[in-house]
Parts: sequence; structure tokens; C-alpha cells
Amino acid sequence: MVNISIDGKKIEAPAGATILQVAREHGIQIPTLCSHEALEQSGACRFCSVEIKKGRRTKIVASCLYQVENGLEVDTKSERVLNVRRLVLQLLMARNPKADVLKEMAREMGVEPQARFVPDKDKGKCILCRLCVRTCVNIVGASAIGLSYRGSHKTVGPPFGEDSPTCIGCGACAYVCPTGHIEMKTTHDTRTIWGRTFKMTPCKTCGRYFAPEDQLKFISETTGVPVDDLSTCTSCR
Amino acid sequence: MKKIANAAALRQLQQELKKKWDPKKPVVTICAGTGCRGYGCVSVKEALAAEITKQKLAVDVRATGCFGFCEKGPLVIIQPQNIFYQQVKIKDVDDIVNKTVVKGEVIEKLLYRDPGTGKRIQKEADVPFYKKQMRLVFGSNGMIDPTRIEDYLAIGGYSALGKALAMTPEKIIKEVKDAGLRGRGGGGFPTGDKWESCREAHGSPKYVIGNGDEGDPGAYMDRSLMEGNPHSVIEGMIIGAYAIGANQGFIYVRNEYPLAVMHLTMAIENARNAGLLGKNILGSGFNFDISISKGGGAFVCGESSALFASIEGKAGEARAKYIHAVEKGLWDKPTVLNNVETWANVPLIINKGAKWYSGIGTAKSKGTKVFSLVGKINNTGLVEVPMGMPLREIIYDMGGGIPKGRKFKAVQTGGPSGGCIPESLLDLPVDFDKLAEVGSMMGSGGMIVMDDRSCMVDVAKYFLAFLQDESCGKCVPCREGVRRMRDIFEDICAGKGKEGDVDLLESMAQAIKDGSLCALGGSAPNPVLSTIRYFRDEYEAHIKEKRCPAGVCKALITYSIDAKACNACGLCAMVCPTGSAHGEKKKPHVIDKKTCTRCGACIESCKFDAIKVK
Repeated sequence: MVNISIDGKKIEAPAGATILQVAREHGIQIPTLCSHEALEQSGACRFCSVEIKKGRRTKIVASCLYQVENGLEVDTKSERVLNVRRLVLQLLMARNPKADVLKEMAREMGVEPQARFVPDKDKGKCILCRLCVRTCVNIVGASAIGLSYRGSHKTVGPPFGEDSPTCIGCGACAYVCPTGHIEMKTTHDTRTIWGRTFKMTPCKTCGRYFAPEDQLKFISETTGVPVDDLSTCTSCR
Repeated sequence: MKKIANAAALRQLQQELKKKWDPKKPVVTICAGTGCRGYGCVSVKEALAAEITKQKLAVDVRATGCFGFCEKGPLVIIQPQNIFYQQVKIKDVDDIVNKTVVKGEVIEKLLYRDPGTGKRIQKEADVPFYKKQMRLVFGSNGMIDPTRIEDYLAIGGYSALGKALAMTPEKIIKEVKDAGLRGRGGGGFPTGDKWESCREAHGSPKYVIGNGDEGDPGAYMDRSLMEGNPHSVIEGMIIGAYAIGANQGFIYVRNEYPLAVMHLTMAIENARNAGLLGKNILGSGFNFDISISKGGGAFVCGESSALFASIEGKAGEARAKYIHAVEKGLWDKPTVLNNVETWANVPLIINKGAKWYSGIGTAKSKGTKVFSLVGKINNTGLVEVPMGMPLREIIYDMGGGIPKGRKFKAVQTGGPSGGCIPESLLDLPVDFDKLAEVGSMMGSGGMIVMDDRSCMVDVAKYFLAFLQDESCGKCVPCREGVRRMRDIFEDICAGKGKEGDVDLLESMAQAIKDGSLCALGGSAPNPVLSTIRYFRDEYEAHIKEKRCPAGVCKALITYSIDAKACNACGLCAMVCPTGSAHGEKKKPHVIDKKTCTRCGACIESCKFDAIKVK
């Protein structure tokens, strides 16, 4: 255990924990956009920035990645911190003017859009938080989508923008997307995502179409469980 | 070459090779660095060799690394007289062989002419460009053929390795620490401390890496070092690996440097054959080898964590460095990453000792630094100077000042992460800390000189555009923030700047500095902040008066011809691509403002300074 302070509050925290984990444990709010408890942190959005003091020096760090250490003093609401968060939010609102989740956050934080930034029209609602990519690669294991290009041209999607042969249509990317950028359309027996249409499997018991055939095949291949055993929906299991 | 069994055998081999390296023996050395290659030095070398063979002369022709004085290439030195010829062309080859090589006569017109005194100078060391330099790292570049390990051995190469392998790793680290060596790649972190932390770090294997991913616009010192003296980098890396306990090393070099890749590849192969890399180096029991990792040319891959990702086969993106690379670097293993110039300093320290090394430079910046001096400067080239040399001496004494007698305005040091230093600070001694104090940085050693025709707002815009493309795109402040700053600059330069833009830029700069994931974003606002700091009046002229004082931003300027100064020579009309500059014979010319694209061709052509920009 190590002794730290967050916003003046003295806290005993387990070594190895991140500032964000400790803060949340103690009811101190730090806003995040690219963090998810099921995924490895990426530190991409910088929304969770906090100011830390070690000895005489202070600096801004991403609380989702910075591990606590003895004597650490954390300020989650200093002017420097708020300046970073304000800019991040204004930049993202200009990039994704249609993303309601950002507007909501801005309202809560009292941040106005920056009039000097001309809103983008071509970025959809994607804030490049990478939750979808990390989920697809690390949780699902399909690696069907990834990041292309660099700098301000960076985009998310299947390789070369073509239909991904490794996508299983599971939709995990769409579920985890915080802004609703990833579109998934479902009819009663098909699902369309990333430009590909998947045939759905009906539940053996109730007949409801519940999962793409490719997804069940993928799970069967990775777990060794026969597809037939997987063909019952969660409600009937 | 046979494997060298031990340190004694190394010394013996060096002696034998040195004997063949008779200083009295006639040799024609020609610079074959990338700059001189651009001037066609390879065909000059071939012509020299052919003529010498034809005349059956016992003279070696040696293509070496970069001499540094790129402005005047191709460069040739004739030994033993030590005659320095510049701007040598194929048509000069006959004279060089028949007059200088055969008869020892000096060809006046090929000597460097001092523009100040008008006198011709015979020896390289007497040329003002070289006079104040201290060429410790770069000195051997012009002597040896970088493709031959024998040349490097003949000038005492790998002696430091022989010496180091007889020392304890702790003693080597102490020597590097006492020498005060700091990283040459930009940050200036004390090298010895880095090595010590890595040696003490838990984890295995450990790695050493040479960072040759030079990407600053206008900078090419690392390139010339890797091309011209690859063994000095390799020798430093072997010593470092031994000191920290690593058995594997990488040199990360961009694939756009084909000559550097080729020479490094040959050098590694030659060193391996000589038993200087591989198993049981010089019979010491120490094993170490180096692989080359070729980069795709992303600027961000010079940043340590992005470089590791790239070597690991991932996209070159930065990751948080709250746990240092010396503990968790490449593949999360303890890693020492040093710039190639840092590595090349190591053999010097081991050979001559920390005391000697720490005697060079300033209180906290030791040794020398190679700078690439480019932009509006008479003597473009690479200069190596002791730390602490004032900017004025570098720019005026070595660089020869500003071309066409124009006025110096600023020098940009440290590349896109650095800042612009104004004339009032020209007497600043150049070292890590002084540059940081004035809002710039050492960076890897780029120095871009600008004259009074450079618009500082336009310069900042240029660097932002560069960084917008080169940001890895992972974190929001860098990816989106740099881009939005650039948009504001585009507006300012187009006459659409708004009141409050400078304040907004300053506030954004602080948030981007604070919030970015890696040093690329963290230093991206530097060109903006330093130009605002020293040239705020130019920003105000653009925003409030819609005027570009330097006459660069096209939307804000018009061209006209001063009828009194115009000599009616017609050159402007000849070069004007749109036919806007025109006039009758013997009458002052005029420019049609409606069709003029303000490309600047007329200004460049006018010999009477008659084109006015407002």
C-alpha cells in the first residue's frame, strides 16, 4: 500500500493501481472517453489528465495509465488540467459535431464549442478512442478492424476499407463505441456491419435469430465446442 | 578478414594496417557523402580513378564520407600535400592528375576563395568554414573509406573496444558519467545515468538501440555519420552493450537513407567477420550482435516508444512512458536507446578518458555537437563545434553569413520541436540548457537560418503543417490540436486572422504541451510559442493590418516595379510565368497586379532590386 492524496484527500492505495482506479474507488470523478475497465488502457483521449506533484515538480499525466506511488499528490481539477480537458472537448466537438455524448459532457463541464474551429463534416461520430479496435483485437480476437494512416488522417475500419474476411459480425465494436459511430443494422435474419451482411442463426429452441453464423463458427473454432451446441440463444440456455 | 582473437591481436593488426597508411603516400580522397553525390562526385571519382590507372600512377583514389562543406562540393583532397579542391567537375580531372598529382602543382581556380579577403586558400583546415570547428566525431569522415573496416582499424578504430573489454562495466559507466556525455538526439539526458539505470534494471534480455531515424527538415548530420563512419557508431554500441549487459542491438535507420543502410550493413558484416561482433568478441567471452531495422520514414518513429513499436512490427505510435525504457523498453525489456551521434562519442571517451572529454564544452554540456547549417546561409554544411560556441560564430564565422548581403532574422534550432531564436540572442552560447532557456532546444542539431525575407508566421505555419502530417494520430491534443492551430495560421496568413487569435494559440499551445502523449505533441507548439515570443509584431501586422512585413504571405502582398530602379533589362518579363511582368524596350517595366501570382520569380531574377513587395 502507498499513501497518496487526491484533491487534498489522504488516501491509502494499493501499489500498482492507477490514479484513475484509486480516484473512482474513492468517489472522485475523473472524466474519460477512451477508458474501459475490460480493456488495457491506451491513453489516447487525454481527457483523464490530472496534475501530479512529486517533490517540487508538477506535471500533467494521464490518470488512466499513471500508477500511484508513495507521497504522490494529485490535483484533478487544477487550471492546467481544466485547460487540457476543455481543449480536448472543444477539439472533439469540432471533429464530431453530431456526437451527442460530447455535447452532454460539455454541458456538464460548462465548456462551449470553440467558434474558431470549423466543424468537420466527414468524420462522423468517430473520436478515435480505439475502444472498438482494442475490443476486436484483444477481447474478440478477430482483428477485423484496425487503424489506418497517421496524424489527422487517421481512420478506423477494416484493412484497405474493403470487406473484412475476418470480421465475424459479432457487433462488439458497435456495442463498445461510446458515440454510436459504428452502425450496425439488423433485420430479422441478417446483420450488416462495416459494409458486410451476415446471415443470422436461429435459436434451436425458440427460433429467434440471435447470432451471426460466422460468429458461432469462430467461437466453435477457438473453443472446440461444436456449432450445434452453441446454437441456443441466451434466453433459452 | 580473419577473426581477431584478442586485444593484442587487434593492436597488432592496427599497427600493420597503419603502416600501409603512410601519410607520405599520394592519395586522392573525394567526398562521397550524399550532398556531393548530388553534385556528381561519383563520376568525378570514376574519372579520377580511370585517369590514374591509365597513367599507371601509384596513387590511391579513395571515396570517403562527408567532409561537411556541402555548399562547395564535390570536394577533393590531394595527399600528401593536403591540397583542398572544391566544386570539382569532370573537366578538372585531367588537370588534377597531370598538374597536382604528377607535378605537385596547385590549381588556383579549384582552391576555396575567401569571400572576405578574396584570397585562395590551399588547406582545408585554413578555410574559415573549418577553422573554428572541433571535429572529434566527424574528423575521420573525410579520411576513411566507410566501406572498408581496414581503414577504420588503421586510424585506431576499435581500440576503445579493446580497452573497454578489459574494464569492468561499472568502470565504463563511471567514465561515461564523469565525461558528462548527454544524449545527442534531442532531450540531452545524461547518457551514463541511462546506462546505469538499465544495468541495474531487472529483466532479460536487455537491448541497446542506435537511433538513426533523423527526420527534422534540413537536418542530415546523423545521416552523414552513418554513411561516413558507421564503425564509430557500432563500436560505441558494442561498448554500451557490454556496459549494461546486452547481447542484442538494433540500429533503427530510415529506408530513405539508402547509403546509410548500405554502409551500416557492410560495416556490421565486416565487424562480424573480424570477430568484433558475434560470439566471444575479442576473446572476452562477451557476445553481442546488431541488426538493422529499417524505418518507413515516419518522423514520430524517432520518438523512443514509437521507435520500439516500429521495431516490434507494430504501427509507429507512441505509448505512455511513465515506466522508463531503461526498465521497460523494446518488447517491455530494459533498453538503452541513444542517438547514433551519442554512440559515436563513446569510443572517444573510452580512448581519451572522461577528464579530457569533460574539459570540452560548457559546465553542463560536454563535448562537441554536430549541426547541420542550412537555409539562408552562405556555407551550407555540417559543422562540429565544442558546446558553448555562440550562435553568431557558427552563423557568421563558419556559415559565412547571409547570402546577398541580406539581414539575419532568426535561426530555427531543434527542428519542428524547437524554436526560432532572434538576432538579439545571437551571442547565446549553444548548449542544451541555454537553448531551452530561450524557448528552443538542441534537438538533433538542425539549424535553419532565416533572413529578413522570411515571414515568421509562415515559418510557424510550415512546421505545424509538417507536424500535422507526422503526428502519429493517437492522442487528441496532438492529432486534432496541431491541425486546428494550423487552420488558424492558414487564416492569419490569408488575411482572415481574428482578434484574439494569438491568445487562443497560446492557450492551445499550453494545453497541447501539457496534454499530449509523447514528446512530439509536447514540443509541437514550440515553433508557435517562440515566434509569438520574439516576433509578436509580425502576428499583429498580419491580423490587425492584414499585412505581411516580410512580403511572403501571398494573400497580403502586391508586387510592383520601382520605375526609377528598373533598368528595362526585361529579365522579369522573361521569367514571369503568367506574363504579368511586361514592358517595352528601354522603358521601365510594370506588373499587372490582377494576374500576378506573387511567385517571386521576378524578384529572384531582378539585378537592380527594382521589384517592390508591399
